[in-house]
Amino acid sequence: MRALLVFQDGSYYVGESLGAVGRSQGEIVFNTGMTGYQEILSDPSYAGQIVNLTYPLIGNYGINDDDIESRKIQVAGLVVHHCEDKPSNWRSGHSLNDYLAENNIVAIRGVDTRAITRHVRQKGVMLSTITSDETVDEALQRLSKMPAYETADFTQVVTTSEPYLWNDQCSKPLTYDPSAGKIANRRIALLDCGVKYNILRSLAKYGCETVVFPCTTAHAEILECKPDGIMLSPGPGDPSNLGAIVETVKHLVGSMPILGVCLGNQILGAAFGSKTFKLRFGHRGSNHPVKDLKTGKVYITSQNHGYALDPDGLRDGMEVAHINLNDNTVEGLRHKELPIISIQYHPEASPGPMDSSYFFGEFMRLIDQRS
Amino acid sequence: MRDVASNEHSRKSYMPRDTSLKSVLVLGSGPIIIGQAAEFDYAGSQACQALREEGLQVILVNSNPATIMTDADMADRTYIEPLNVEFAARVIEKERPDGLLATLGGQTGLNLATQLAEAGILEKYGVRLLGTPLEAIRKAEDREEFRNLMKQIGEPVPESWIVTDESQLSDPANAGIWPLIVRPAYTLGGTGGGIAYNRDELYEIAHRGLALSMRRQVMIERYLKGWKEIEYEVMRDANDTAITVCNMENFDPMGVHTGDSIVTAPSQTLTDREYQMLRSASLKIIRSLGIEGGCNVQLSLDPKSFRYYIIEVNPRVSRSSALASKATGYPIARVAAKIAIGMRLDEIENAVTRKTLACFEPALDYCVVKIPRWPFDKFVGADRRITTQMKATGEVMAIDRTFEGALMKAIRSLENGIIGLSNKTAHLLSDIEIEEALRVPADERLWAITEAFRRGMAVEEVHALSDIDPWFLNKLRHLVDIEMRLRSNGTALVRLASDEKSEDLAASHPLAVKLLREAKLAGFPDVTLGSISGVPELKLRSLRNRLGIVPVYKQVDTCSAEFEAATPYFYSCYDLEDER
Amino acid sequence: MSNKKVAVIGSGPIRIGQGIEFDYCSVHCVRAIRAMGNEAIIINNNPETVSTDFDISDRLYFEPLALEDVLNVLDREKPDGVVVQFGGQTAINLARSLHDAGWPILGSSPDSIDLAEDRDRFERVLAELDIPKPAGRAVTSAQAAVVVADEIGYPVLVRPSYVLGGRAMEIIYDRVELENYMAYVVDASPDAPILVDKYILGKEAEVDVISDGVDCLLPGIMEHIERAGIHSGDSMAVYPPQTLSTKVIDQIVDTAIRIARRLEVRGLMNIQFVIDRATDTAMVLEVNPRGSRTVPYLSKITGIPMVQVATRVMMGTTLKEQGYSTGLHPSAGIIAVKAPVFSFQKLALVDIGLGPEMKSTGEIMGVDVEYPLALYKALVASGIGVPKGGSLLITIADADKVECVPIVREFASLGFRIYATAGTAAFLHGQGIAAQTVKKLHEGDGNIVDLIKNQQVDLLINTLSSDKRIEREGARIRRASVEAGVPCLTSLDTARALLVALISRKTTSEFALHGVSEYRS
Repeated sequence: MRALLVFQDGSYYVGESLGAVGRSQGEIVFNTGMTGYQEILSDPSYAGQIVNLTYPLIGNYGINDDDIESRKIQVAGLVVHHCEDKPSNWRSGHSLNDYLAENNIVAIRGVDTRAITRHVRQKGVMLSTITSDETVDEALQRLSKMPAYETADFTQVVTTSEPYLWNDQCSKPLTYDPSAGKIANRRIALLDCGVKYNILRSLAKYGCETVVFPCTTAHAEILECKPDGIMLSPGPGDPSNLGAIVETVKHLVGSMPILGVCLGNQILGAAFGSKTFKLRFGHRGSNHPVKDLKTGKVYITSQNHGYALDPDGLRDGMEVAHINLNDNTVEGLRHKELPIISIQYHPEASPGPMDSSYFFGEFMRLIDQRS
Repeated sequence: MRDVASNEHSRKSYMPRDTSLKSVLVLGSGPIIIGQAAEFDYAGSQACQALREEGLQVILVNSNPATIMTDADMADRTYIEPLNVEFAARVIEKERPDGLLATLGGQTGLNLATQLAEAGILEKYGVRLLGTPLEAIRKAEDREEFRNLMKQIGEPVPESWIVTDESQLSDPANAGIWPLIVRPAYTLGGTGGGIAYNRDELYEIAHRGLALSMRRQVMIERYLKGWKEIEYEVMRDANDTAITVCNMENFDPMGVHTGDSIVTAPSQTLTDREYQMLRSASLKIIRSLGIEGGCNVQLSLDPKSFRYYIIEVNPRVSRSSALASKATGYPIARVAAKIAIGMRLDEIENAVTRKTLACFEPALDYCVVKIPRWPFDKFVGADRRITTQMKATGEVMAIDRTFEGALMKAIRSLENGIIGLSNKTAHLLSDIEIEEALRVPADERLWAITEAFRRGMAVEEVHALSDIDPWFLNKLRHLVDIEMRLRSNGTALVRLASDEKSEDLAASHPLAVKLLREAKLAGFPDVTLGSISGVPELKLRSLRNRLGIVPVYKQVDTCSAEFEAATPYFYSCYDLEDER
Repeated sequence: MSNKKVAVIGSGPIRIGQGIEFDYCSVHCVRAIRAMGNEAIIINNNPETVSTDFDISDRLYFEPLALEDVLNVLDREKPDGVVVQFGGQTAINLARSLHDAGWPILGSSPDSIDLAEDRDRFERVLAELDIPKPAGRAVTSAQAAVVVADEIGYPVLVRPSYVLGGRAMEIIYDRVELENYMAYVVDASPDAPILVDKYILGKEAEVDVISDGVDCLLPGIMEHIERAGIHSGDSMAVYPPQTLSTKVIDQIVDTAIRIARRLEVRGLMNIQFVIDRATDTAMVLEVNPRGSRTVPYLSKITGIPMVQVATRVMMGTTLKEQGYSTGLHPSAGIIAVKAPVFSFQKLALVDIGLGPEMKSTGEIMGVDVEYPLALYKALVASGIGVPKGGSLLITIADADKVECVPIVREFASLGFRIYATAGTAAFLHGQGIAAQTVKKLHEGDGNIVDLIKNQQVDLLINTLSSDKRIEREGARIRRASVEAGVPCLTSLDTARALLVALISRKTTSEFALHGVSEYRS
């Protein structure tokens, strides 16, 4: 069935319906990774966004039961050039098309995803819709009434409704019993703005059990679980909407080691006086070079963010520790005295290179130094 | 907007390079032979330019003047001399270079550098070997040392035995692991290797391999039948920053030399987890070896688990790195030369975007297919099976937004008389012969596969015989399906082509137009469409022009359009946007 | 011509007969076009090469070199001209179709290309110009082949017309062989004629010509070291000629200029000659209306940037305007020997005996100020190795026995131990040369192949026999030498060259060592 991808600026692309038939809408963003579509689909940071995968051959290895990063598909919609209906991989259980259809995700295939990437690169991210039952004008009409991406607080949509526990025994969330003490060597309290399971898996690998709290949880309640460290998760949306979470974090600062990742990095930055600004087309992919300013070493990182920290406002001992070599934006912070580190990219990878998984080790060292 | 800001500041923060170096001797690779073709002219030319850009004096030795690298403007002084110790030593004695760059001259350059070092020439004249240290080269090339190193860093290598004498063959012969693969150390393109299915074959192949190895050493190891063969091109600088430029997946599973395999870039059937697992292993290896420059890592992955083995490491710029450079736009040899003189990856500009740095990993937004060019049109009586000993003299590469399109382009680039899905012989084979042709890799296996599909064989059956991943087979099956539909709708195409009247051809001939569009998207050339439908090639061309079924051109930019690129490198595809 | 847009057609994958030299030519053509202030576009599909490096041209199209794909690029770029002279046979084969599609072909016109490549037309040209060529004709059937061969006399050289690198080319000694060849090796038809020519025993020489239609520059002549019958790509060759008479050189120059003018060549052309020993006359073997394999060699030897000069001619700058005049360029003070390199170790079952069909994958060059030293360097660089002593095994066809005597004698006097099979050994004894007898292949253990396999031989000279039964054994012996890594020479001319090099090595170690451009200064 014919489908349309229509942008707020009036440009549109004709393709074929993929997944569910209907309409989906969100901010159009592109990801240039060549693998990892399943992880991307289930990454909560893509909430409210239609993801255009620039690489043209998608679905080659199907969908498996393991490489899922949250409890459901999180993207608003998906745009691909070619979708493989006969996937080949030993773990594959479904084709991408079936998986999207079963999960009621409206997507589109058969469009020039490189042209779309170029368009977004030049014009910036904007609202868009995938539709199969409207004209372009009708779709534009509808888009014009849609609230801007920045106005929504997507963390509320993707955060867990109840606290849960994750340890090295599990492959999905366990019930959290506040009265039970910690079993693992270290306990991490994680403020869930849109966590990916591989963060929890990675922490478990480092001998941690993690208590995952809804992002609205007050600092006192978080501390009640007697954590050895606090982690601020990645997540979707405009960080400037998250004043309440920033306040929570301000209360946590100084109490114990803190690790911020992606949105968590921006929240920490905000807690230390910095502001964020929106990037024209963000950083989304598996090949972004980040330089550790201390060692001069460069790591290839997995990224997914549309906002960057303005380093100018940073105060109270917080400093820039990593920068992006493509555009020199802030990619990480470090506190001069306190055990606080944070990075804008994804140490959990999934998808993407695992170069930065050592960062969990850094966090462990901070925790162990304290105890 | 803050993004895509200048990165001046990060570039200026280091010393540009090792300033004690004034002149560098570059070793070329000599004549074109199987296993060492034009790629080293490409690598050498880039290296010479990269060094001169940094103000160094370049002295070049190569015995092959039919090369760009031996042009007068490539080096300050060019010697057309034999690439052996005697003549290289004379050049060194006369020119007294500060450094020697040998990792861009193929195995010839590397072997010569090793011999010069061993003969004490480098020490005598105070010549520093630039880039990857000899120690690292030895560790990568000596099977035993390599195996020990892999064990130390916890990277798996297949069960294997090092044999320097025929009496040692009893161990592998008695181990009960068949088949075994035999590879001689220090040879080009796996010269003298083979697969042994029994004791007699083992002795025969090992005997030949020992004779041909420079060090009289062969490695015998488990043959990983049916496992995927994956390659990573990796780079590392002296500051231990390491990146992968490209990964590639061989169409032919283990057992066929990568120079004789059809290869795709990037890999097509790996999940992100598999891709990253092998990527991490490759980076760990380049670090453990201490390579400063480029390196090629070949790995083998079980198609049914996460199990993998490290097969081989080439501690230098290679044929695969030329392919990876063209497949991605990332100039590996150029960057390797800069690393060799002490520069860091984040001090070298990305020559494609001229906005970003060499310190990143290319993202492809197309599919690349390489097919080897074998000399069997010349050597009619030759053994056309392809095994661990490379036989191709050259190769072609094609780029498209679909695998089918890239494959079809690559086929007609070969200029071996085959332009589409049929060769001259497969249709003459009996079903039993077809099965044999699927089972035993040979230069024209591709066309045995398409013929098998024409005869109604299932993808599963072809997979069972060939071990080729069903993903690739499904693509070939798709092409044969289109071909069959073209055949059965040939008359509709003829009617379409001869319709001079209709204003809206697509409305008058919806089926034929749709089929034509589908066939072009899948890479069918007009010649093939013509031979199927009977419409002459040039008539089809004007028909397509009327219908607007014409290719657009897209840029190879290393970054999947994320940044604007300055390079004028294009490929065609039947997609929407033309980039001009 | 400036501010124009020119498309250069590349040469595709490296294969036997079309190697890296055409990439060299394509790159230089692009550079010349750009240096004149034009835009150069390259189309090619070989990932290994410099021409597909994205800094070389103004635009690189990584595309097949099939007509459709090339036309697609031209439709989009709309160049002012297309260059087909430097991409080997791949590009030249597209000339007519591109011209018919309306694209201007720069340099020699498609008709002039056709005149050179169409056997009948070309023969008429030679006849008209009164230029000698070996007797022969194109035939389209086996019967006609036999008629022609009977008329001109055996041996004959046979090959399909329009082929690259001498594919399916053979020297045929009698009628039965010819009938076999016509029946099994080729498929003659009116569309695919077979050429049957008198095989002339003599030296070969070749020359590249740059012509602007008026002036014709010959940068140099290369004389082949092996006699006719071995493909030019598999022959060693020397610049400047070492044994050609002034008469022959003058004749070559004169012939080349007249052909270039008659064919209205604009750009490069290559002509191959055979010098008939009996009459000391250069006869034309073939003409290639394009850049050839020898262009990079001669460019580097002579210092004349041949492709650049030819490209400028094609773009409208005459040779005079470039400071060149008609005739053979004076020899540079350099002796250069080009030698082929083979990859037989990689190719099981391939017969390494050399003949009219090309087998080498690459070439190298040895340069010095003296011929023997250049020869030595070339042999060393080609990987033949120059065994300084040890054992020489010879298996010689009856026809070559007399000729081999002085060669073998020389090897013996250099201290080589000589091995030969019974017949040859007896013959050598008769000539006063001591030779140890080796068992033939079918004579049991310790036979000739065992000797080779056991590395008891340092050099093998094996000349090809016209007797098929002997040849089968010869092929096995040659194959054994490849497996054992023993150098094997199949031409007495190569053996003689090796001797020259060996002797020079014994008497001097004073090799010249200069950067290649300094030889000329």
